[in-house]
Order: sequence, then C-alpha cells, then structure tokens
Amino acid sequence: MARSVRPVAVVSFAQSAMVRREERLNDVEMLQPVIADVFEKVGLTKDDMGFVCSGSCDYLVGAPFSFVGALDAVGAWPPMRESHVEMDGAFAMYEAWTQLQEDDIETALVFSFGRSSMSEIGRVLTLQLDPYYVAPLWPDPVALAALQAQALIDSGRYGEADFAAVAGRSRRDARNNPNAQVSGDPSTEELLGDDYVVAPLRRHALPPITDGATAVILAAGDRARELCERPAWITGMDHRIETHALGARDLTSSPTTRRAAVGAGLLEDGGDGSVAVDVAELHAPFAHQELILRDALGLGDGVAVNPSGGALAANAVMVAGLVRIGEAAGRIMDGTARTALAHATSGPCLQQNLVCALAAEPAGDGRR
Amino acid sequence: MSEPVTMLATPIRIEYEFTAGLAQSRYLKGIAEGRFLGQRCPQCQKVYVPPRGSCPTDGVPTTDEVVLGNTGIVTTYCVVNVPFQGQSIEIPYICAQILLDGANIAFMGLIQEVPTAEIRMGMRVEAVWVDKKDLGPTMASVKYFRPSGEPDAAYETFSEYL
Repeated sequence: MARSVRPVAVVSFAQSAMVRREERLNDVEMLQPVIADVFEKVGLTKDDMGFVCSGSCDYLVGAPFSFVGALDAVGAWPPMRESHVEMDGAFAMYEAWTQLQEDDIETALVFSFGRSSMSEIGRVLTLQLDPYYVAPLWPDPVALAALQAQALIDSGRYGEADFAAVAGRSRRDARNNPNAQVSGDPSTEELLGDDYVVAPLRRHALPPITDGATAVILAAGDRARELCERPAWITGMDHRIETHALGARDLTSSPTTRRAAVGAGLLEDGGDGSVAVDVAELHAPFAHQELILRDALGLGDGVAVNPSGGALAANAVMVAGLVRIGEAAGRIMDGTARTALAHATSGPCLQQNLVCALAAEPAGDGRR
Repeated sequence: MSEPVTMLATPIRIEYEFTAGLAQSRYLKGIAEGRFLGQRCPQCQKVYVPPRGSCPTDGVPTTDEVVLGNTGIVTTYCVVNVPFQGQSIEIPYICAQILLDGANIAFMGLIQEVPTAEIRMGMRVEAVWVDKKDLGPTMASVKYFRPSGEPDAAYETFSEYL
C-alpha cells in the first residue's frame, strides 16, 4: 500500500504545548485537552469515529500498558475499533490511513503522547538497539548520531557550520510556532561557540528533551469536504526500514526515505529526480539529519523546510513525527501551501522512515 | 572453540520519576489526610476512585471531587496461597475488589482480621489506617480492610461492578 486509492484527508490537527517537563499532568490529563481540541475543530465526538489508533511507548513512562490507560482521554464505551503501535503516532496514522483505504469507515482519530522527561531518554532509546552486541555497550542516541555526523563530515559534503546553519534557521522559524520549546535568532558563529556534547555534535545540533501530545482526524471523500473547507488530502504514504546493523548501513544517506517518497508517489522509481512540493516537514531530531534527508529527497531551495522549527524546536519522542504531518497538513488547511511532504523517523540514525504526501486536491478524480 | 554460548547476561536498569498528575495528586493528598477522594463524571455521574482526571467512558474531565466513605463492599476476592519472592504478607491472605460507598468502580485491597474461609462476596468492610502520625501520600497509609460488622450487602447492589 502506498498511493491513495480512496481519497482520505487530514481534516483536523491539535497539539499540546511542547515542554521540557510536564510536572503537573499525568498522561491522560495531558492528552484529554488535545483530544477535545481536535474534535472541537470539526464538531465531532468520539462516537463519530470509525477507528481510533494511537502511537506511544511504555518504556518512556516505565508503565506497562500505559497506552491502554491513555484511552481514558478518549472514552472507550461503547466498545470501539481501536489499535495501538509502539511507535511514533505517524506510524499509527499509517495504520489508520490503511484502514480507511480498505474498510467501510469514514473517519479515524489518531493520537500520540510522549514524555521524554520521566527517565534518562538516552538510556531508554538504547534499549531499541540489537540486544546482544550493541545495547550492552549503552551507546545513547547522541553518540550514534555523532558517528553519523562524523561520517557526513568525512564524506566532504557538509561541515559543522552547515549543522549550525540548520539549527539557526530552525530556531528562527520556531519563533512563529507558539508550541515550540526552543526558538531564537542565533548566528551561525554564535552557535559554533557551543560546547560539544559528543563531537562533532554541539549543543545546538541536538533536539531538546520534550513532553507533549498531539492528535489528528482523518476523513474520507465527501465526509472530509463536509468537515473541512480545505482538507489536506493524503495522496500517498509509505514507510521503509533499514537493517538494525549500524555497520552495514551508509549512515550518510537515507535510501529508505527516498524509497518511501517513491512509494508515496512523490518521485519516479530510479533516476535522480527531486521532490517538488511547497513545504516539507522533516523529522530530523539532529541537525545533520535534515541535510541527509534533504539530499535523499532532492529538495531544492524552493521548498520551505520545517517552517514549524522541526524536531530541533520540540522533539517529544513518539509525537514529533505525527506533529510533522499535522504541521504540513495545517499549511494546506490554512491555504498557505498547495502541496507538502511530511516525514517521520524512528530508530537510531534514521533507521525507519515514513513519507506522507499531502495536497490541496486529492489524487485522481477525488471520488469513489 | 568447543561449547557454544547459550546464554548472555545484559543487566538493564532505568530509573523513572513518576508524575502523579492533578487528579491522582488530590487523591494521594486525601490519603495523607486519612480519607478516600473520588471524582465524578459530569456526563454519566459515575464516581471514580482513584481518579485519573478523565472519565474512561466519556473521555471528559472529571472535575467534581467526592469524599467517599471509609466502608465498602467486597464485590469479589481471591485467597492467595502461593508464596513468591518479596512477599510481605503471611499466606494465606485475601485480595479483594472493594467498592467503596459512593464509588462506581471497585479497587483492589488486602483483607485481614477474618479467617480465609469466612470471606464472601457482599461482605461489608472498613479501611484500617496507619497511626495518624504515620499517614502520608502513599497507599501504604491504608494498612488493610477488615469486616465492619454490618450485614452483608444484597447481590443486586454490587452485581454491575463485577
């Protein structure tokens, strides 16, 4: 499944403020206002949903089945069709989109929540690595990203100043995002004065530690047109995964991102084409990863990349990918873009990549 | 190169700092004062204890606070006969679902001061708290529940909570 057969659109998007540590609210209390907001924007309730799917990770909060408890924020009676992925909400949205393609349902709620602050997020994320040869060494995500960044420098394509330029632009863009956690107007020179966290990554090249929640509503065909003046039609969606063996990958490229963009209908298979869209929201938690993703997709200067500030402005784990889709869809819904690409990643060093193609017009004739 | 490696130990430890949230903080502060606080759903009027801040049926915030009784009904129970590591209570003991007076959801509690052969569905029980000076925002403040001496509750009064 990759290109849209039945027209399905994002019709509503909501997110919490993204904060360093949510000290007052539990998961349910953090999610509930976001769920209420995403429903209110289109005048729907949970009882209107044909399907509900969430993305989260029990390891973040250290509580088994925390995703089941989170359903208290939605209300789960009478019984509903519901599913969960132990992944970013963007991957939950892929499941919901697939359901909408194949089933006789009109709408779906997708939500995700993540609290990176409750433990040492670096140690938690280490547990996703190969448990025999890699995880026992406890290489945290920053160390692995630094290996990737060093490989990129060694390739001769980019240097530390390029990483700093990405971080500076993200912070400037984030000034227009009321939910962003990190914003400002630093020069590249100022940023290059930051200390190394793990060389060659300085502080600015790392994502913030973030707690937050987000939700979107998907609707099919005429239902989408009823609910939203300018639905953000999903013209294609695909996700691909690379081997877990870090040493077997070329960390300076992202072939699965490109493959997913082909699957989503944004590129022809083979050749060196470029994705042509108005806006691209790329889930690049580390500054150098944005450069790898841009190259993989062939994004030119005409594409506005991460106008929300991206994951360098707020990176709630399990949430930031779905926020990319919501932010990209939001720009179609508010009329500032006609076409958009949203990307979400999971795993170390961009191991898994999802690409969602969005447009102001559905693919094909738009009717079924 | 003789015996293959068949086992590999990779110790893992991660520390967490729990966030109770607004509703559970209120509940735990109530426990520190020696009382059970629930929250009522504004839509279905059901009272949840411990509250989590949202009605699991309707998905709306539960904002009305309700002080619940110190007594309740054993809706169902089991007698624990199996020893396990870290067990702090002498076996056999009774683990029960207790529906506090005024609540619409049962929670789990330890029953003491009754022979295991005498425990039954519908038995009325009361909470036994630690000494006032030892009360704190922890469920350890409730030592256990014991029979209150009241007549058993009729099955119809708790059948929907099983």
